[in-house]
Amino acid sequence: MSLPSETEAPERGISRRPVEIATAVLLIGLAGIVLYDSHGRGAGWDGGPQNGFFPARVGWIFLAASFFILWQSFRRPDGMFVTYEQLRQVVRVLGPLVLFVALIQPLGLYVASAIFIIAFMVVVGTSRWWSILLTALIVPVACFWVFELQFRVPLPKGPLEAVLGY
Amino acid sequence: MDDFASLVAGFQVALSWHNVGFMAVGVILGIVVGVLPGLGGPNGVAILLPLTFGMDPTSAIILLSSIYWGALFGGAITSILFNIPGEAWSVATTFDGYPMAVQGKAAEALTAAFTASFIGALSGVVLITFVAPLVAQFALRFGPAEFFAVFLLTFCSFIGMGRENRAKIIASLCIGFLLAAVGLDSISGDLRMTFGSTELMRGFDFLIVVIGLFGVSEILLTVEEGLVFKGKQAKIDLMVVLRTWAGLPRYWATLLRSAVVGMWMGVTPGGAIAASFMGYGLAKRFSKRGKNFGKGEIEGVLAPETAAHAAGTSALLPMLALGIPGSATAAVLLGGLLVWGLQPGPMLFVEQKDFVWGLIASMYLGNLAGLIIVLATVPLFAAIMRIPFSFVAPVILIVCAIGAYTISNSIFDIWLMLVFGVVGYVFKKLDYPLAPMILALVLGDRAEDAFRQALLGSGGSLGVFWANGLVATLVVLALLLLCWGPAGDAIAALRGRRRTDPETAEATR
Repeated sequence: MSLPSETEAPERGISRRPVEIATAVLLIGLAGIVLYDSHGRGAGWDGGPQNGFFPARVGWIFLAASFFILWQSFRRPDGMFVTYEQLRQVVRVLGPLVLFVALIQPLGLYVASAIFIIAFMVVVGTSRWWSILLTALIVPVACFWVFELQFRVPLPKGPLEAVLGY
Repeated sequence: MDDFASLVAGFQVALSWHNVGFMAVGVILGIVVGVLPGLGGPNGVAILLPLTFGMDPTSAIILLSSIYWGALFGGAITSILFNIPGEAWSVATTFDGYPMAVQGKAAEALTAAFTASFIGALSGVVLITFVAPLVAQFALRFGPAEFFAVFLLTFCSFIGMGRENRAKIIASLCIGFLLAAVGLDSISGDLRMTFGSTELMRGFDFLIVVIGLFGVSEILLTVEEGLVFKGKQAKIDLMVVLRTWAGLPRYWATLLRSAVVGMWMGVTPGGAIAASFMGYGLAKRFSKRGKNFGKGEIEGVLAPETAAHAAGTSALLPMLALGIPGSATAAVLLGGLLVWGLQPGPMLFVEQKDFVWGLIASMYLGNLAGLIIVLATVPLFAAIMRIPFSFVAPVILIVCAIGAYTISNSIFDIWLMLVFGVVGYVFKKLDYPLAPMILALVLGDRAEDAFRQALLGSGGSLGVFWANGLVATLVVLALLLLCWGPAGDAIAALRGRRRTDPETAEATR
């Protein structure tokens, strides 16, 4: 999903119809994939229903519903999907979140959480630096205590935890 | 009276010290989950589910269902104090609850809401106690065809009774079914729709989808409106509680009506939301003070809360007796039962008596505990909403990520959660309902198995769904429900064209 460039005018935004249409087209594509896969493996009868039998039937209903949604999206009055100001807020959360998930593999969940909290709070920018650092320290340590020590649920760990001996 | 003895035994199970402890912890966690944006009932239960895998199933379900009760109570707090409905079925509570808070009557509104919730939930539990065993006994005769007919009934009633655009409900259901089909096919043992990806071989776990759709997307929606909440103060003291309670018997008709509407709608899936609006609408029509509704009338708080909670609780009836959940949270609880190795459905009442009756007894106690705890701790939970969102949001998202990871120790699942978060955000903005998707995802495999087994038995003839009176009745009922909504809309459209809701107008075309 590509995000259009941000602008400063708060009342402007992405209107609803293109998003409706894009979603409907995407769903039609998904239905197409399902039908291709199911009929490819066999959606008929071979001493019993083949394994594509049920998904294929659901797929056809899905395809019909998606086309109907597409048709509807042209007919209904257009509205606002999201204003650029709202989109900016969402991106400010989504950006650090993607960074967080990307960092879990190399750094482990706890260090990634600390970085995520710092990134998030700096981007949102309403907190003082010491409260940011304190949060970034306390939350991962609390998570570690709850999950690793109390519930004994192993979470992804990275080089820092290895150095500390866990 | 056999059931009564079982219920007493159930109380003995539920009243053990550690189960009462789990109940209290569950209710408190549930209220937190209900109050915080981005952590609703289904999502809270989904995140905690993996942590309970090692527990005794009875204790685990008591903990998780108590979270459900807590979340139901918590939703009312945000609706009344902050005008933010915690769950979709608390929307009707905001109509009169928030105006009351604005007038400085927040404590009365909260007491009324909690008490109404309690009454609603209690009537739901009574219904479960007396009707669920009968339904289960009846359902023992069901074969695959009958079960598929019940599934069909469930999905048709979702489409027929839904308030959203019907094509979108169907699309949402189909997506759920298709997600459920991905991965290993349980009958033939073949891989389906994996396209060579090893990560997809495991299929889509519904917990991941729930956390993404209900958790991450909710945070994204919340930040859209900026990052601060403006709320009203609330302090509940015993005098206000007693005064409000003293006034309640006057509204017995409203309470009774809403409870009945709620119980009826709760058994049919997707009913809780509709029930709360119906309860509100009926109270408005029948009340002598109906004109004041929307300006802070206590009846306007009582009616939807009673109905919503009667429905939310009754939603567990089909889950227990037939293995078909009536709400998204019930679907998650059902997933939990499967993980603990319990097969929900009629056999549960025969084979796992202790478990079933322990759970039912815990529903009585959990709701009572919930009422007491929530009345005592409202100021505390209202304070949670005053913690800066820039602090709360990352913590919630980290907890979501941990929840998604712990289900099968896979980082790929966290990415999936993120993707479903964005999908949920777009879907919510475009009015695609999410609950049907979860329901279809949870039930997909079993519905498919029932369908295929029924067809295997009949040699591929669809006539098996007409073969006897029972299955034919169920199928006809399903089709009736499917047409109920569109037909109702058409009649309403014909009878004076005063339609303002574009959604319903759309569906009638």
